[in-house]
Amino acid sequence: MTKPERNEPLVKLSLLMIALSAISVLVVITVFIFEQGIPIMFKYGLKNFLLGQDWYPSEKSFGLFPMIIGSLMVTFGALIIGVPLGLASAILLTEFSHRQFSRILKPVIELLAGIPSVVYGFIGLMFLVPFIREKFGGPGLSVLAASIILGIMILPTVISIAIDSIRAVPNSYREGSIALGATKWQTVRMVILPAARSGIVAGVILGMGRAIGETMAVIMVAGNAAEIPSSILQPVRTLTSNIALEMGYAAGEHREALFATGVILFVIIMILNTIANLASTRQKRSKR
Amino acid sequence: MLLKPRVEQKIIQVVLYLFTSIAVLVLIFILVVILKNGLPQLSWKFLTKNPADMGREGGIFSTIVATIFLTFIAILIATPLGVGTAIYLTEYTVEGRLTKIIRFGAECLAGIPSIIFGLFGFILFVNKLKLGWSILSGGLTLAFMVLPTIIRTSEEAIKSVPQAYRLVSFSLGSTRWQAITRVVLPSAVPGIVTGVILSIGRSIGETAAVIFTAGSALRMPTSIFSSSRSMSVHFYILAKEGISMSKAYGTAAVLVIAILIINLITYYLMEKYIKMKS
Repeated sequence: MTKPERNEPLVKLSLLMIALSAISVLVVITVFIFEQGIPIMFKYGLKNFLLGQDWYPSEKSFGLFPMIIGSLMVTFGALIIGVPLGLASAILLTEFSHRQFSRILKPVIELLAGIPSVVYGFIGLMFLVPFIREKFGGPGLSVLAASIILGIMILPTVISIAIDSIRAVPNSYREGSIALGATKWQTVRMVILPAARSGIVAGVILGMGRAIGETMAVIMVAGNAAEIPSSILQPVRTLTSNIALEMGYAAGEHREALFATGVILFVIIMILNTIANLASTRQKRSKR
Repeated sequence: MLLKPRVEQKIIQVVLYLFTSIAVLVLIFILVVILKNGLPQLSWKFLTKNPADMGREGGIFSTIVATIFLTFIAILIATPLGVGTAIYLTEYTVEGRLTKIIRFGAECLAGIPSIIFGLFGFILFVNKLKLGWSILSGGLTLAFMVLPTIIRTSEEAIKSVPQAYRLVSFSLGSTRWQAITRVVLPSAVPGIVTGVILSIGRSIGETAAVIFTAGSALRMPTSIFSSSRSMSVHFYILAKEGISMSKAYGTAAVLVIAILIINLITYYLMEKYIKMKS
């Protein structure tokens, strides 16, 4: 055997070690976050953490319920705004417009996907918050502002994944439907959207994950009061902002409670990812 | 209410155009506002002077340097790991339980919010490994964050190299590794570079993961162990604390222009790559 041939098993082994890096990083992250966050959750009782209404870290009261509700509210709001806009754009770009039109628009949308989240938050703070304060009342820093900003932020994600899954529907479906005398919209509604459903669902869930995990943009426009908002014009604090706002100075049990917040966030995200993963593999499988 | 299909189609078309224009216009509005308010702030001095008086005066030079260092470390670490993983997944193994686990890991990692990376980096690098708030801690955290992107794009790139290339290489007596390093990787480079550039863009714009690992000290980084404030963290603090909106716009403009250029390069490379393949 020549030297390169003798080295081959060694190469394979080292590549395997490298390949395990991603999964090990995931494991290490999980271990560290849980190690820091779990003990305090059990010390004060899981129920107090998840359902407690009061977040007063200095008085050892760590109720995360307002933040959990806050995260769910802004995420839901983001979906209400982002999904119809995103889906409509995807349908228009794939089925109703000239190729030329979508050739220009799709890259524009993808370019904008790279704009950092802080920039979205800043624009929200400068334009959206004063607008809401003047037109609808309240402090402006609100559930509504956070939902709109997040809705815009998830647009590129929803649009590009929806476009991909609509494009993946075989052309014979369209031709069959048109041949039966259906209009384009009937084809889209009755044939293409159902066929692309799993992929679109995956895109929506990924967008949801992005919304629930977003931090800096939300902090800038949400007002961050640690209580359950009574209306969508009231300030709100999400799980992510709870961590980011207090991490800078927290110590001891307070810091552990922030890690516990991270644990809850982590679990929610993992559940969402798994659902998205299942949805997208289902579309791939049904295509075969 | 039952509409004639043709009428329904017309209405829907109008609605779709309306929704799409809202989506696109909002995104373009953001860009225009940042550039319109930010570009007048930009000058040679703004780019080459260090911030003074908490960022009220001076420029953003030290934050640009910190951003470049952070990104450089992240890419330096993530690229070999990501490309290595991709090579293993595509060339050295068959689809099976192990590849599924590795792919699952990468996908989960891609979905983890940056604030969780920040927490993790803070506890592991800053605290346990005693690196403190430093460029190194921040860079390592970012490396883990961009790893899934590099894995995915490299895998796509390597997969798209025609099988014939490998076969010819083997028939000339090369080992697998020789075929990879001399034939497969060179033709996959544009695809891999695309992933790397995307990751650079993400690292530059990241705030939540960096602020708790690299810190927010407003001074020139002297080594990879010094705590430093990146451009996006600087922008966040300027805007959040209301220190100086004009400087915030200026910083945002630099950030956005840098990222747009990076994305344009990526886009150009991808187009070229797709053309080359077909």
